[in-house]
Amino acid sequence: MNDILEAPFDVRDYLRLEMMPHFMCPGCGHGIALRCLLWAVHELGIDKDKLAIVCGIGCSGRVGAYIDANTYHTTHGRPLAFATGLKLARPDLTVVVITGDGDCLAIGGNHLIHACRRNLDLTCLMLNNEVYAMTGGQVSPTTAIDRLTTTTPHGNAEPTFDACRLADAAGASFVGREVTRQAPALKNVIKAGLAHEGFSFIEVMSDCTEIYGRKNDLGESPEMIMSQKSDMRPEAFGNVADEPFRANRLRAGIIAQNDRPEYGSVYRQRAAAEQAKAKAKS
Amino acid sequence: MTTPSLASLHGNRACAAGAIAAGCRFFAGYPITPSSEIAEQMSRALPRADGVFIQMEDEISSLAAVIGASLGGVKAMTATSGPGFSLMQENLGYAAMTEVPCVIVNVMRGGPSTGMPTRPSQSDIMQARWGTHGDHPVIVVAPASVQEIYDETIRAFNLAEEFRTPVIVLYDEVIAHLLESVVLPQRDTVPTMTRKWASGEETTFLPYAATEDGVPVMARPGDGHRVHVTGLTHTPDGFPTQRPDLAAKATQRPLDKIELNRDRIERNETFDTEDAEIVIVAIGIVARAARRALQELRSAGLRVGLFRPVTLWPFPEDALREAAAKARCVLVPEMNAGQLALEVERIVGPKRVARLNRIDGEPITPNDIVRRVREIAA
Repeated sequence: MNDILEAPFDVRDYLRLEMMPHFMCPGCGHGIALRCLLWAVHELGIDKDKLAIVCGIGCSGRVGAYIDANTYHTTHGRPLAFATGLKLARPDLTVVVITGDGDCLAIGGNHLIHACRRNLDLTCLMLNNEVYAMTGGQVSPTTAIDRLTTTTPHGNAEPTFDACRLADAAGASFVGREVTRQAPALKNVIKAGLAHEGFSFIEVMSDCTEIYGRKNDLGESPEMIMSQKSDMRPEAFGNVADEPFRANRLRAGIIAQNDRPEYGSVYRQRAAAEQAKAKAKS
Repeated sequence: MTTPSLASLHGNRACAAGAIAAGCRFFAGYPITPSSEIAEQMSRALPRADGVFIQMEDEISSLAAVIGASLGGVKAMTATSGPGFSLMQENLGYAAMTEVPCVIVNVMRGGPSTGMPTRPSQSDIMQARWGTHGDHPVIVVAPASVQEIYDETIRAFNLAEEFRTPVIVLYDEVIAHLLESVVLPQRDTVPTMTRKWASGEETTFLPYAATEDGVPVMARPGDGHRVHVTGLTHTPDGFPTQRPDLAAKATQRPLDKIELNRDRIERNETFDTEDAEIVIVAIGIVARAARRALQELRSAGLRVGLFRPVTLWPFPEDALREAAAKARCVLVPEMNAGQLALEVERIVGPKRVARLNRIDGEPITPNDIVRRVREIAA
C-alpha cells in the first residue's frame, strides 16, 4: 500500500485491471474523470482499503466497478442516501459518490439538496454529460435548450439546472466545477473537495460523443470538450462573477467554500455530551 | 441489572427496546403514523449506545441509508407504515439482491394510498412478500403481543444477520399502541447473532460464493477485501453477468438460502388444534381476538382450534397442513379483503377455507369470530 503512495501516480495501481476493457464509448469523458479522481486520491495518500465509492445508475454508475476500492453500485438516484448511512456508520472511511446529471438532479434531486443541507463529509462527483446515455439518449435536467434527444425530437424546450448554483443554494460547503479537457485542473478541484471537511459537490463537465454529440452534430470528442471549455469562465484565472474573463455561461474551479460544521462530527459531539450526562446521573 | 425486569410498554416502544437489545446501532427513518414512536425512541436511545439516528428526507433514502450503514458493518433498521413501505420497495429489493442484513418494521394501517393513518389493518401481508420486483427472498415475522414485538424484533435482527437478508417485522396499529407488561431479559442473556465476516486474510475471496448453508461471507470495508456490490445480477465474484447459466444460479441461490433453511426460520403457535373441526388461522391482534373467541366456543362445546404463524413468510406450511389435517374448515379472519386466505388456500386447498374480513378500519373482535364460527358450525 505505502509503496503505491510513495511511487509516482500510476492509474493502474488504482484500477481493477481484470475488468478491462472498460465499457465506456470512444470519446466519453467519464474515463478522464475517473483518472482525475484516482490521481487526487493518490496525491492525498488515501488508503484504497479505506476508500468507498458509491455510485448510482447510468453510465456514471458503472465507473465505480473499475476502481480497486470498496465499491457500491446502488439504486437509481440514491447513492447519496446510501453514502449518508455508510459515512455515519463508518466515519473512518473516505466516501466518494459518483453520480450523473439524471441520477443526481432528476430522480436523486431530493437527496442532493438534503445532502448539501446536512453537510456530512462526503465528496460527490456529478459527471454531467447532459443526457441519459445508458438508456439510449433521452433528455436530462442539464440538456441544453433546443438540443435533440430521443425524447425531445423537436428540440428540448425545458430550461436546465445549474447544478453548482443549486448545490450552493442548498448549503453545500464546497462547490466546484471543471471540464475534462483540463485534467490537472479537474484533479485539483477533486483533491480540494476530498480534502474539504463537509459536503463537497463537484460537477464534472463530461461529454457523450456517441449518443448526444452525434445526434446534435456536435463533432468528435475533442471538438465537444473544446466547446465546453470555451463555455467556461475559469475561476482559476482569478476571475470573479462581476469581472468576467469571458462572458460565458458557467463558472469553473472552486466556486464556493466555507467551514460550516460537518454534520457527522456535530452528531458525535452531541452523542458524547449525552453519554456524559447519563453517566453523571447514574 | 442482574435479573429480568418487568416493564409496561406499548408495542412501538418495545420494538425500539428489542432493537437496541439485538445490537442495532443505526436507525434511519421518516415520520409516519402509526410507527413514529419507534423513530422517536431510537433518536433518544442510539446516541447513548454509541449508535446513530438520522431522520432522512423520505422513506426511499431511509432504507438506502440503513443499507449503507449495514454495508459498513453496523446492524441497522428503519420503521414505517404502508405509504412509506411502498416507497421502500425499491431498496428492499436491493438489500435482497446484494444480501445486506437489515430490519424493516411496517406498522400496518388502513390503505390503499394514504388510507386511514390512525386505523389498524393487515393489508400489507402480500406487499411484504411480493412488494419489490423480481424473484427475491424475504423473511417476515408477525408478532401478536407487546412481548412478542420485543422478542421478534430481536429475532428479526438475528435472522437478518444469519441469512444476510432483509427481515420485515409486520404488525398492526392495535398492538403498536397496546400497553402491556413486557419481560425484558438481562442484556447479556439476549441471544444475538452476527453475520459471518471475512477476516481479510483469505488469499482468494469471493463475496457471493455460497457457504454450506447458502449464505455468503461478508467483507467489511477497511478489512482488506475491496469488493464490488451491485444490484445487477452478479456472479460469486460480485461483478455483473448476463450469461444465462450464471444468472440462473445467481438468482436461485438467495431463494434457496431461505427455502433450505425453513426449519431455522419458521415459527408458529397452535391452540387446541389436535381435535379441531374448525381451525382458525390468524396473525397479530386478530389472533388475540381468536384466542378469546376460542375460550367461548370451546366452552360451548365446539371443537375449534387456532393456528398462528409467527413467521409469516416463508409461511410455515407443513405445520399448518398438520394442524389442519383433521379440520373440515379452516377459517381465516383478517383485517383486509383477503390476503392470508390466499396462502392458506394454497396450502390446505380452497374447498375447506372460509373467510372473515374487515376493511372498515376497526379490528376484528372476538364476537365477530364467534359469530362466523357458529355460522360455519350450523
